[in-house]
Amino acid sequence: MNWILAAEGAESGSNVLLPPTYELIIGTIAFFVIFFALSKFALPNIKKTLEARTESIEGGIAKAEKLQQEASITLAQYRQQLSDARSEAAKIRTAAESERTNLISEARNEAQVVAQTVTQQANAQIEAEKSKAVNELRLDVSKLAIDLASKIVGASLQDDARAKAVIDQFIKDLESAGGKR
Amino acid sequence: MANFISLSEVTCKFGDLECPFPAPGAGIFEWKPLASFNLFGFTSIEVTKPVILAMLCTVIVSVVFIAAFAKPKLVPTGLQNVVEVGYLFVRDNIAREIMGKDGDRFVPLLTSLFFFVWSMNVMAIIPGAQFPVSSRFAFPVVLALIVWVVYMYLGMKNQGVVGYFKNIAFPPGMPIGIYPLLTPIELLSTLIIRPVTLAIRLFANMFAGHLLITVFTVSAWYLLNLTNFVGFVSVIGYLGSVVSFIVTIVLTGFEMFIQALQAFIFTLLTAVFISSSLHAEH
Repeated sequence: MNWILAAEGAESGSNVLLPPTYELIIGTIAFFVIFFALSKFALPNIKKTLEARTESIEGGIAKAEKLQQEASITLAQYRQQLSDARSEAAKIRTAAESERTNLISEARNEAQVVAQTVTQQANAQIEAEKSKAVNELRLDVSKLAIDLASKIVGASLQDDARAKAVIDQFIKDLESAGGKR
Repeated sequence: MANFISLSEVTCKFGDLECPFPAPGAGIFEWKPLASFNLFGFTSIEVTKPVILAMLCTVIVSVVFIAAFAKPKLVPTGLQNVVEVGYLFVRDNIAREIMGKDGDRFVPLLTSLFFFVWSMNVMAIIPGAQFPVSSRFAFPVVLALIVWVVYMYLGMKNQGVVGYFKNIAFPPGMPIGIYPLLTPIELLSTLIIRPVTLAIRLFANMFAGHLLITVFTVSAWYLLNLTNFVGFVSVIGYLGSVVSFIVTIVLTGFEMFIQALQAFIFTLLTAVFISSSLHAEH
């Protein structure tokens, strides 16, 4: 184990600043062995791995960003669709409302027209019936009055103008008496 | 040098004229070879402790990195997690900090430098090893030379051979009158002072740190000799020994910091030099 301890005095004359040739050779070889091992076997691997790591981290971030973007686009689309549907429903409701109003007013108008017509017809009929009845009545009454008067005076008053005037006066009185009643 | 004796040979007692304080010197950085090989008759390879530790560092750094990143997972666990922190430190705090995205090309070089230097430094406090490999001047010199070659090559490649030396000698955007003063300084600085200081800074820091720790370790042991005396002197002996021991521990903690710092500075300066070769502006 003597080589473990420094060989003092053995070469005490030598200069520490004068490197021996064999150490220069060993040092050069040692460095190039390390350089070769690291640059050929060790460092390319870790370089690739670090790049892959960066890529996976950046890729993950990019992917998340993309997903978020997609989600927000979809959300905006849904919102758009929802508001579209809402406005459409409102439109339909308004249309239905106005249609209903139209229908009602139309029906009312129609009913009014029909009612008016019916009333007019009824009135006309009533009027016609009435004038017919009055005429008939007038004939009957005059005939009856003449008959009656003939029976009373014993003479025919049929062709007498004066008798006719009397009868008319009589009927008028009847009418006004009927109107008063 | 007359009074210099080997630590393993100190058997004497304090107070003997033959037994001075065996102050650790440059000798503690010299190692007897375990074995010796002849390399094609060109030079001999001495297998010393620093050489063995350097090879150990090489194996440890290579194996740890390959094992950690053999099958890297997206979500790191265990060893990958730890080594990844080191790798990201070099990539983000050195390469990208100095050169921006351009620095990614040089991450393998910078990572190799940082962890090789750091592992050699850390050997100073690993029990059993306890010797900073980088305190052997050869290792910082080799690494600084490699850095020098790299940034010179990159400079000539990116700015052209003539353009590179022109940009070094005549930094653009300076008043003409300053060039007689600036040109020699810039040439000297870029071509010579940069690699020399790079090597010496690392070497000297590790050398001094190891020397300091050794001095206090030896002192803690040596002062125990005073306890052979009776009375006040023995109290001083115990006190001095305990204080030296505590200082050794504190210095060891401090060295841990310095080891990482020096590895960082070495790598950071490499990045700065490479960066200045890529772009002409100052």
